[in-house]
Amino acid sequence: MTELLRPQAIGQDLARRDGPDKVTGTATYANETPVENPAYCHLIQADIARGRVSAVDTAEAEDVPGVIAVLTPGTSERLSSTEDKELAVLQTTDVAFRGQIVGIVIAETPEAARQAARLAAVTCSEQTHDVSLSADRVDLYKPDKVNPSFATDTSVGDVSAAMDSAAATVTETYTTAMNHNNPMEPHATTALWNDGQLTLWDSTQGVHSVRSTVAKVFGLDKGQVRVVCPYVGGGFGSKGTVHAHVVAAAMAARALPGRAMKLALTRQQMFSLVGYRTPTIQRVRLAADRDGRLSAIALDVVEQTSRIKEFAEQTAVAARMMYAAPNRATSHRLAALDVPVPSWMRAPGECPGMFGPEVAMDELAERLGIDPIEFRVRNEPARDPESGNPFSSRHLVACLRDGAERFGWADRDPRPGVRRDGDWLVGSGVASSVYPASRQAQSDATIRFADGRYAAEIGAADLGTGAWTTLAQIAADALDVPLDLVDVRIGDTDYPFASVAGGSSGTSTWGSAIVAAARAFREKYGLDPADGDEAQGQVPEYQAQERYALYAFGAQFAEVRVHADTGEIRVPRLVGVFAAGRIINPRTARSQFIGGMTMGMSMALHENSVLDPATGHVVNHDFAEYHIATCADAANIEAYWVDESDPHVNPMGSKGVGEIGIVGTAAAIANAAYHATGVRVRDLPVTLDKLLPGLD
Amino acid sequence: MKPFDYRTATDMGTAVAEVSGRPDARFVAGGTNLVDHLKLGVAEPDLLVDITAVTSAAVEDRDGGLWIGAGVRNSDLAADRRVRERYPVLAQALLSGASGQLRNMATTGGNPLQRTRCVYFQDVTTPCNKRVPGSGCSAIGGYTRYHAILGASEHCVATHPSDMAVALSALDAKVHVLTPEGERSFPFVDLHRLPGEKPDQDTRLQHGDLITAIELPPSPFAQQSRYRKVRDRASYAFALVSVAAALDVADGIVRDVRIALGGVAHTPWRAYKAEQVLRGQPAEVASYRLAADAEMADARALDGIDGGNGFKIPLVTRTLVATLRDLT
Repeated sequence: MTELLRPQAIGQDLARRDGPDKVTGTATYANETPVENPAYCHLIQADIARGRVSAVDTAEAEDVPGVIAVLTPGTSERLSSTEDKELAVLQTTDVAFRGQIVGIVIAETPEAARQAARLAAVTCSEQTHDVSLSADRVDLYKPDKVNPSFATDTSVGDVSAAMDSAAATVTETYTTAMNHNNPMEPHATTALWNDGQLTLWDSTQGVHSVRSTVAKVFGLDKGQVRVVCPYVGGGFGSKGTVHAHVVAAAMAARALPGRAMKLALTRQQMFSLVGYRTPTIQRVRLAADRDGRLSAIALDVVEQTSRIKEFAEQTAVAARMMYAAPNRATSHRLAALDVPVPSWMRAPGECPGMFGPEVAMDELAERLGIDPIEFRVRNEPARDPESGNPFSSRHLVACLRDGAERFGWADRDPRPGVRRDGDWLVGSGVASSVYPASRQAQSDATIRFADGRYAAEIGAADLGTGAWTTLAQIAADALDVPLDLVDVRIGDTDYPFASVAGGSSGTSTWGSAIVAAARAFREKYGLDPADGDEAQGQVPEYQAQERYALYAFGAQFAEVRVHADTGEIRVPRLVGVFAAGRIINPRTARSQFIGGMTMGMSMALHENSVLDPATGHVVNHDFAEYHIATCADAANIEAYWVDESDPHVNPMGSKGVGEIGIVGTAAAIANAAYHATGVRVRDLPVTLDKLLPGLD
Repeated sequence: MKPFDYRTATDMGTAVAEVSGRPDARFVAGGTNLVDHLKLGVAEPDLLVDITAVTSAAVEDRDGGLWIGAGVRNSDLAADRRVRERYPVLAQALLSGASGQLRNMATTGGNPLQRTRCVYFQDVTTPCNKRVPGSGCSAIGGYTRYHAILGASEHCVATHPSDMAVALSALDAKVHVLTPEGERSFPFVDLHRLPGEKPDQDTRLQHGDLITAIELPPSPFAQQSRYRKVRDRASYAFALVSVAAALDVADGIVRDVRIALGGVAHTPWRAYKAEQVLRGQPAEVASYRLAADAEMADARALDGIDGGNGFKIPLVTRTLVATLRDLT
């Protein structure tokens, strides 16, 4: 148990502190960093998916007025570490995926750099590539672990025997599409080398992790690298690890010491360079008795990674702990393909992994003739089925019940395809959400006092999530002072080490460090500090992990309308109810929930990176062709939460809220689409061509 | 992007002379499609002649119809009361296209001349006969969800992306063009061409020809018209298929009808066969289905990744029947 803060600033509905700067355009993002006389670079990319660069003829590119230099595999510096092959920019002539960086143009203007990049003649010897994922590939392999360090496979009891003897079963295959993170702010880096010191203004989810990664790649001491990032225009995981363009920008800058170098990716480049969510193939098996008690849950996942670097999405982990079933089995198998490196995308693992099982739950509930909410309630586990530990708090049932009331579930006719409003078939669906309440092992904070004001310093990141504001609320309560006496300083490696903003762990981790620093400060200086007083604190060990299962939960409800003539599918209403500990700031938390749900709807109906097996790249690589939900699609999205204060997670009693909103949304929508039409779509996205054959 | 000269036209004649005299010169008005192409390297003009100041931005009543200057913005045209009342299909088509910001820039002359959004056409790293004649078609066997089911060739399976042009095709509109040889006009349905062996040529215009106006003839039944666009998301998406239809029914019999389809061909597709089948038939769903079937008899689905585009054939039929049903 942790001593919980007395919430005063915490819980207040507050506007973002960075809001005015953002809406007036004075908040500077990485590419806008005011530097004197910058040069610009543009990346040259491979247009084959596998092979070797045999020559790069830069003559025509160098003739473009304003071009300063063209870096190629033959001319670029040798990096100190090429262990991470994604980051080994220009260190080899091997091409491992289409879009790989094979050259960097440096020029006086971004336009000249881009034109020259087009004119650089890259000759390649091409080899046959293979980018097609399927469950029947003979070369699927079992990774040693799945992201970040979960067991690859699990097995408890005997699923097959349970399936054979069950009153009702579901055995189906579900698929989710390849999806790409598309934050509004494209990835960008401004880099400057000066006297052996590298400064990076990078759009990132963690300045300290950029520093350590870049220092390693270039063979520098961490002290030689400073990374600055006050504002981020969205990341969703794609800015959570360093990608190749950051190394490219630093290399380009080193070629022009003393002069700042700017690199901004184009939207199209983001589809090959900054990670993506792997497509998944999910074989789900569920078994239950007549009363709707699950006897077996199994999820076998096939997904892809790249040949040069493994990323194994932990798609099956949520199925291990979600419901009580004595017989459980999960597995992950990977195909290593000639594709870009997959990576984190909002709720890696849980997001795709709660699609197949939550649709299967709907299918099994229907077979049993049990309401899908009731079916879930009957399978609430008393303890975490996997670890046997009690849950530190688990309010899934409260979320389902509260959501049912808000949504108007009580009068729902379970029969599919029987409701019509004008030309539209109408249905509703439900699914559960879950996300771990994580905390990272390391983060430090400093509290300073000067001129009557307190400052909390920590090298954390605000991705647009509200950290500038919520960390101030936490610091104010930890110091027991009014909020307006507290400043927050984040986004710079000159501030103490902070973990990356990922895994919905930021507020919990950084907030814990700030509380520790504040308590140390009060212990040291009491209530009447003097100018210049300061104290440090660090996130304590997360002891609760050993004794408790720590998760946030939620329930999502969707109303879906399908046009009876055309099969067009729309979602007029989504209701999400979450149990995510104490809510630090209702305004910014709601924004996270709604944002996650919107992104989940987008995944359900729209997002689909079309990888052409012939060319080897994602061909719909822009906002006109890669559809993301528009405002017109996001009609009425409501997020609520149940009261929950968990003394085991951290001194704030809070759980992360950044990712749970996207978990379960797609299943709720697919279930509602079935309820509307009677057509069960098991492959995302749910598009009209999949519904049409089943409509009259 | 490649550097280019930029000039503001002082009059239409000079603009036409300037562009027609330079093979790599281009007109620019709203620039909503051309600017994308400049960035992507799809278009590399050496001169842009901005015609915004010299093309008419007026909508005028003429001979019982409407005369629409080439410079009229899509948003203004959609808001024009005469268009909304007399040619609702056109207002609806305009409002279903692009986004508010784009409609504020896009012009009447430019909209029909926008180029296909085939992903391979827009990606200079892939072969495309439309962009580089003779280089091959990457879409055949590739991503064909937005591609043609009618009138395609072995060289190109792209579709025309405009919504407005589909409505204009159904309305028997006329195009007025200024050429180096002088003014001429012809039916709007003759503006675009099927790909055949020359998919690089979207239209029958010669280099330097400038659309000056679109003329809508008077129509006794265009008031009874509508545009139905079927798309994957609620806004800012190109049509999977669309239907522009105007229907004239008397005593339960179809006296006359105009139908054009979008998202199905290299041109806005005037559905003459369906129209012919319908005239004189009872205004009922069974007739509409026969008409749709007649038009779709020549349709050919494309295989491709992500399921191909075979769904479009029943989708056109269903959408056409529903649109005519709603007009009845």
